[in-house]
Amino acid sequence: MSTTAAIAPLRLGLVGSPNSGKTTLFNALTGLRAKVGNYPGVTVERREGSANFDGRQSVVIDLPGTYSLSPISPDEEVVVRVLDGELSDAPEALAVVADACTLERSLLMLAQILRREIPTCLVLTMTDEFQRRGGQIDIPRLERALGIPVLPVVGHRGIGIPQLRRLLAKPEDWSRPHLMPPEEIHARAGWVESILENVLTRRPGSSRKSDAADRIVLHPVIGPLLFAAVMVTFFQLIFAWAQPAMDFIDAGVALLGKTVHAQLPAGLFTDFLADGLIAGVGSVIIFLPQILLLFTLLYLLEDIGYMARAAFVIDRVMAKVGLEGRAFVSLLSSYACAVPGIMATRTIPSPRHRLVTILVAPLMTCSARLPVYALLIGAFVPAVRVAGPFGLQGLVLLGLYLAGSLTALLVASVLTRTVLREDAMPFYMELPPYRMPTARLLASQVGRSAWAFLRRAGTIILAVSIVLWCLLTFPRQPAPVGASPEEASRYAIEHSFAGRAGHAIEPLIEPLGFDWKIGIGLIASLAAREVIVSTLAQIYAASDQDTSLRASIQNDIDPRTGEKTFDPATVASLLVFFVFALQCMSTLAIMRRETNSWRWPVFAFSYLLALAYGASFATHHIVESLLR
Amino acid sequence: MALPTEPPKPADRNDAGVPLSSLAPGRRATVVHVDASTPEGQRLQELGFLPETEIRVVRRAPLGDPIAFLLRGAQICLRRSEAARIRVREAEPDPDPGSGSGSGSGSGSKA
Repeated sequence: MSTTAAIAPLRLGLVGSPNSGKTTLFNALTGLRAKVGNYPGVTVERREGSANFDGRQSVVIDLPGTYSLSPISPDEEVVVRVLDGELSDAPEALAVVADACTLERSLLMLAQILRREIPTCLVLTMTDEFQRRGGQIDIPRLERALGIPVLPVVGHRGIGIPQLRRLLAKPEDWSRPHLMPPEEIHARAGWVESILENVLTRRPGSSRKSDAADRIVLHPVIGPLLFAAVMVTFFQLIFAWAQPAMDFIDAGVALLGKTVHAQLPAGLFTDFLADGLIAGVGSVIIFLPQILLLFTLLYLLEDIGYMARAAFVIDRVMAKVGLEGRAFVSLLSSYACAVPGIMATRTIPSPRHRLVTILVAPLMTCSARLPVYALLIGAFVPAVRVAGPFGLQGLVLLGLYLAGSLTALLVASVLTRTVLREDAMPFYMELPPYRMPTARLLASQVGRSAWAFLRRAGTIILAVSIVLWCLLTFPRQPAPVGASPEEASRYAIEHSFAGRAGHAIEPLIEPLGFDWKIGIGLIASLAAREVIVSTLAQIYAASDQDTSLRASIQNDIDPRTGEKTFDPATVASLLVFFVFALQCMSTLAIMRRETNSWRWPVFAFSYLLALAYGASFATHHIVESLLR
Repeated sequence: MALPTEPPKPADRNDAGVPLSSLAPGRRATVVHVDASTPEGQRLQELGFLPETEIRVVRRAPLGDPIAFLLRGAQICLRRSEAARIRVREAEPDPDPGSGSGSGSGSGSKA
């Protein structure tokens, strides 16, 4: 018998509502050795971890948090389909995780689960909080009434975990319910009521500390002020704190590339290693500081219980554009970078709200646009004072930020009223009591997210950067004799596939006022927006990006017209193009991961390209006719 | 109109109740009926908004919407439009509305 157990590990499913302490319990049972993936065909995260219960090998499946087995969201549908064995081998036993303080509600779902006749036990979490709030429960009586084993635990302190492991080792021995609970919801509620009447000898009061805190945190005046303060701090930390680490990675990757160039013989392999591979890996890990910081803050606020409050405060505003409160944080993060911003949409339970948020996140002005804006504004917008401390350059920059943000809200309200109007989900959200976050839970949440990014999006980003490097490198043609290194580099890029593509798309982008050089820049900037700056520098054979590139583009003359390539209409048009266009493969890669299909990244890329093209076209013509 | 007929409620048959969204913060009420003709309504039932459930209106968000309710030991917030699907019978005003400790929360009433 023990040999069969050793061959096929026991499959144990953890079921419970959001905030029930399920994740803490999962970590306590499996250590941090969780395997993270996706269920086939759906975007819901799949987490399994192996565990050893008293010598019995087991696989613990952490099912998505759900309030009911009557599914209305994809997350909940996954729970039902896993229990049915449709998505993976069905679990052989279930542990239903329930917060002791909200036991009444949890039993409504437990009744549905017991009807499936899988061996089931009930794990009561937060029992310390339950007692603090004056609750009293008769566990043996609850066991008898339900007919299944019931075990109280305090997950974050490990209390009850050894007993739980012993229990989970032998689901064959678990008692089964004598009577099946009713199915219909009103009858089910009656069943719950009749059980708890005799078991809950004293119901817990509401948490006094939480109530007191909420009177301040959700105060009509203090609440919004606190919200603004938290969000400004949040934004500042993501924007500013990550920068030193990102600069460090940037410098490190550059140094490594230089070292490779210096140490290895010059040639294609060395170029590939330094400029293709190392730079490609660099373009993946450059996101890690922001992602780690974002998720640390996000999960910290979530674990404390503030995230739901923040959504509660801002929901009214977001509802105006068809989104919900929880979308705010994601859009705010997207000002730093759309990649962590899109990852942050996981806290949004409604798939429709989540998708719309993902689709508009790239319109928030991310930090990668700043080098582009800085180059163009610095070179072409005169540094004059307009009013008081406000200069024209700053106002143009502000205008670009506003244009992106307002368009995001506009697109969101259009999408929620048109293509994504169907499958509306009710807005409901639990405001959990404030809780002390634990470092262990936080670390596992942040580590999981960072790892998911590296594995799912990082691989795509790396592959695309290498492809782009190839397009900018091949076919290799020898530069004319006597050319300086800068001229040789310019010659190589002009005759590469990307260079030819730049020439080829010139007729398409001419109405926007762009020539083939900007065309190459646009193609290269698919890697990341700021890459257009270094590409232009290479094309203009500029040795130093900051000053001489600025001078080069200021003085460049279009040979056909005899006029400046970068006239005001072209500069305005290019700035507008960057406000809208989704020139970022990392964003596309993360969209692919988060929606589990190429459909939405393709949709986002297309609609943003159309928007960018139209807006640039209009801008070019308006500015041109104004100046004529 | 609604599929599930109203559960036993012999006393006040003609009392259709008032929408939960119309109650001021601090007030208590008992659910009379939830419109379960849509998936949204069914979800409200699964969350515990069921006839005879006692609810306390905890507070409105600073901008007036959504509204937080205390029921069955948990605080759940709903938008005004969702809360309007729930018809309730308002309880007599609390003698000490300021306390807010909610020690008497939960659906203690028996059928």
